[in-house]
Amino acid sequence: MPEGTGIGASVRRREDARFLTGSGTYTDDINRPGQTYAVMVRSPHAHAKIKKIDKSKASAMPGFVACFTGDDMKVGGLPCGWLVKNQDGTPMVEPPHPVLAQEYVRHVGDIVAVVIGETKQQARDAADALVVDYGVMPAAVSLKEAVKPGAPQVWEQAKGNICYDWGLGDKAAVDAAFAKAAKVAKLDLVNNRLIPNAMEPRAAIGEFDRATGDYTLYTTSQNPHVIRLLMGAFVLSIPESKLRIVAPDVGGGFGSKIFHYAEEAIVTWATGQIKKPIKWTAERSESFMSDAHGRDHVSHAEMAMDKDGKFLALRVETLANMGAYLSTFSTCVPTYLYATLLAGVYTTPAIFCNVKAVFTNTVPVDAYRGAGRPEATFMLERLVDVCAKEMKMDPAEIRRKNFIQPSQFPYQTPVALQYDTGNYDATLDMALKMIDYKGFPARKEAAAKKGKLRGIGISCYIEACGIAPSAVVGSLGARAGLYECANVRVHPTGSVSIFTGSHAHGQGHETTFAQVVSEKLGVPLEQIDIVHGDTGKIAFGMGTYGSRSIAVGGAALVKALDKVIAKGKKIAAHLMEASEKDVEFKDGKFQVAGTDKAKTFGEVALTAYVPHNYPITELEPGLEEQAFYDPLNFTYPSGCYIAEVEIDKDTGTIEVARFVASDDFGKIINPMIVEGQVHGGIAQGLGQAMLETCVYDKDGQLLTGSYNDYAMPRADDFPSFEVQHSDKPTPCTHNPLGVKGCGEAGAIGSPPALINAICNALGVGHMDMPATNEKIWRAANAHAARAAE
Amino acid sequence: MYSFEYQKAGSVADAAKAATGEAKLVAGGMTLIPTLKLRLAQPSKLVDLGGLKDLVGIKAEGGGVTIGAMTTHAAVASSAEVKKAIPALAALAAGIGDPAVRNRGTIGGSVANNDPAADYPAACVALGATIVTSKRKITADDFFKGLFETALEEGEVITAISFPAPEKAAYMKFRNPASRYALVGVFVAKTKGGVRVAVTGAGEGGVFRKKSFEEALGKSFAGSALDGVKVDAKGLNSDIHASADYRAHLIKVMAKRAVDAAK
Ligand SMILES: Cc1cc2nc3c(=O)[nH]c(=O)nc-3n(C[C@H](O)[C@H](O)[C@H](O)COP(=O)(O)OP(=O)(O)OC[C@H]3O[C@@H](n4cnc5c(N)ncnc54)[C@H](O)[C@@H]3O)c2cc1C
Repeated sequence: MPEGTGIGASVRRREDARFLTGSGTYTDDINRPGQTYAVMVRSPHAHAKIKKIDKSKASAMPGFVACFTGDDMKVGGLPCGWLVKNQDGTPMVEPPHPVLAQEYVRHVGDIVAVVIGETKQQARDAADALVVDYGVMPAAVSLKEAVKPGAPQVWEQAKGNICYDWGLGDKAAVDAAFAKAAKVAKLDLVNNRLIPNAMEPRAAIGEFDRATGDYTLYTTSQNPHVIRLLMGAFVLSIPESKLRIVAPDVGGGFGSKIFHYAEEAIVTWATGQIKKPIKWTAERSESFMSDAHGRDHVSHAEMAMDKDGKFLALRVETLANMGAYLSTFSTCVPTYLYATLLAGVYTTPAIFCNVKAVFTNTVPVDAYRGAGRPEATFMLERLVDVCAKEMKMDPAEIRRKNFIQPSQFPYQTPVALQYDTGNYDATLDMALKMIDYKGFPARKEAAAKKGKLRGIGISCYIEACGIAPSAVVGSLGARAGLYECANVRVHPTGSVSIFTGSHAHGQGHETTFAQVVSEKLGVPLEQIDIVHGDTGKIAFGMGTYGSRSIAVGGAALVKALDKVIAKGKKIAAHLMEASEKDVEFKDGKFQVAGTDKAKTFGEVALTAYVPHNYPITELEPGLEEQAFYDPLNFTYPSGCYIAEVEIDKDTGTIEVARFVASDDFGKIINPMIVEGQVHGGIAQGLGQAMLETCVYDKDGQLLTGSYNDYAMPRADDFPSFEVQHSDKPTPCTHNPLGVKGCGEAGAIGSPPALINAICNALGVGHMDMPATNEKIWRAANAHAARAAE
Repeated sequence: MYSFEYQKAGSVADAAKAATGEAKLVAGGMTLIPTLKLRLAQPSKLVDLGGLKDLVGIKAEGGGVTIGAMTTHAAVASSAEVKKAIPALAALAAGIGDPAVRNRGTIGGSVANNDPAADYPAACVALGATIVTSKRKITADDFFKGLFETALEEGEVITAISFPAPEKAAYMKFRNPASRYALVGVFVAKTKGGVRVAVTGAGEGGVFRKKSFEEALGKSFAGSALDGVKVDAKGLNSDIHASADYRAHLIKVMAKRAVDAAK
């Protein structure tokens, strides 16, 4: 292997030069000949009947090309990818999800019409001139209000606005354990609603080829093949062979670009009508009201303990907001990606979780960095701190007491998952050492002398990544398989193109995947090209989400590379007149074992394409292999995060004094990229914990519709995080790389660490996120009043 | 954005003449351009003050400073004259927005806009500044009229703002976590004519003077002088970022900190 480019090397991200110098190609950078521009006309109301749409003024505007409404565009609805069943076995309520509103609008931002113009300005002017007459109706907005008797109904068929009432676990066992518990800790909590805010707003270009009848959609997607499948098969009835989806450089997704959105179907369908390319690019304020939002749970949890603080049973009830329509993965997020994680890193023997998914007149809610797992972790790691308080135990000690031990793996949890491996004491020990846990009381005292309140908070997270074994998710209601595909094309001179279904939108695949290839084939990075994001080039793929790229896409890549090496051995054996079984492949050379006879990888590649001396009767020429990999299990990254905060009682401001992270991601391909992923994830998690929250007023108007009101975290809100990888990592046991995935961990593990630290500083039982300055100030005042008593 | 005509003003008089009816002046554009992008305004014409050299620059005069309307926040923040005469004003300018905003945004634009959460209005009021226009001179007390409202008449261009030097002053800003404008900003100035305290970000009607603080500080210019002074939440903003009660509390905390930091 060339020095320092294989697995384990902190190779600099090859793609960054392009991104940092503005030479990337994002969807909005693409312009097609004769291109027109689409503007979406969106509902200003949360719930209304569309009484009339008058196109006459709009169509008389200069540069007007076309206007389509729900009456014009009679196509299939946007599909939901996961069927969840009620506790009684009946299916969830699955209302239609029209591409353009049919008769009713159900959230602010719902698309009523598309107006297409020759220029963007003309399209906007014409869109302004479209007259829509609405009959405004009462709206169900917040979770708590939407489930009240008599609340406005988002969908007639969903009584009480309930989409499903789902349960997981053994309720009887949980009830029995609670009956004999020595202590019970209880917690009510909200997981605040977030707006994703990828740096690049969504965009889509539809283009119809009159010569071939082919459609091309350029779109900001994390998974172009999924879009092709959903849009082609369910919405527009275009066969895969006639539909190409290109997702070029994509500026961040965080989940929000997984889903198939109406705008994609609109520009693809409309280009077929007008026979001209159509571009739509979201404005930032449009993103706020049309990208699927994240989180939004209201929960009650109870932990039963024995007299020593050993967890006996966990009971959780959750209301989860779906928004007005079921987005692609919405239904599985608060169920199979949430309740299945409630064992955490603990041996709690009995768990029952009930989730009611609720329709509201808000933007659809779907997966957002972590998807379900941050909600589970926040709930559990907060509750464990409440348990510690109840038991008067140290938060580290109560965790340790309940950890699943290394000897217990594989460990079957009571909530369906089987953890293959882990070492939770190792990451806890490491983080405690990093933060100097023992020295905390002295630091707290020093802070008190300055009039500050200092607190410390621990969070031990686990997540299920590497999504997912197809048969398992299929039995749970998934309507797709979740394998990945890779193709290795070795060119005649030995350079290599990799075609992967794993899409990169900031993760650094062009570097990490190349490192895997360099390690396996001994080819230098410069001769390895990673191609992704185009259904016209890549055979198939399920895309990037759920920290699955390296664990599933990387595994598919290894399988395909192994096939290349196997074929290479045959060719080399022929060239060296040796037996195939005597040929070893090492450091880029095929060598006859125990001799100095060798052929380089390049020589073998050339032979495959210039097969003059070749076993032609047994072997086809060429060197290109493809593999699909379907994982056997999820992967289980875990770790420990500790936050230390200092609070200014007078203003309620909080300084994150330190934040340490110790993660076990199993085998690591590029430590620097992994560290970067953790930094970003923590920033996102702390953003949720301290600053971000989506606010609707009672009529369903979005109050946080811009950066003036939606508080994004900035670099100066945080210290530099101290991120280390576990010194006793536990590689995944069931994929060929031993990797677990790292993309979401930071966002999953960090919110409870911060809130635990704040609660610790203030001596309060709980504080909902975001922990705003005012909330902290109020709690600190109450704290001061208590202290004075 | 709607389409509009663009005119580069050749002189202040030229600008004043052009900026009538549906036409609008543009300075740094940091406020106006986003408004246009969101189609919240539809001016027929933009009259650009950008080329007017005589509106740019800082002059030290009579112990105080006179700052041309087209002087950027960055120029004020780094000006030796301002730092010497009124360090609090330089510090205030350094805390506006981000580097891009400070390099484009102007003092004239900020004052003319009178955003209820903007920083400069607090400085103008507390320091007893004079707003110099193409027509007249207006005291800060008379200039700021309410939310986004000023005493400016149609076709009136701000040319400069004169700040007399205080004995001591400081500005304390509690940032809105999202916009980073002032959630509460308090400018305290000990001047020859007495102590003046101006509050921005908090009031329903924009910047206002806090007379009860001025009185208490007039007697003793120390943060502790405000301990017994009550701040009523009536008339203060309450929104998703902060309740009126919290703002009332912050006004006092920020005022005390400003007094203690004044120099
Ligand atoms: C991201 C961001 C963050 C910001 N943060 C802050 C902050 O923390 N604190 C703060 O105080 N401000 C903040 N601002 C506002 C910033 O200071 C603006 O620069 C300022 O409000 C307007 O100045 P301008 O030169 O850009 O004016 P423009 O946007 O060009 O004009 C604003 C208005 O003033 C009028 N006008 C401009 N010049 C004159 C003149 N000479 N005479 C008469 N009328 C005139 C224009 O017609 C227009 O109506 C922020 C802005 C942005 C975009």
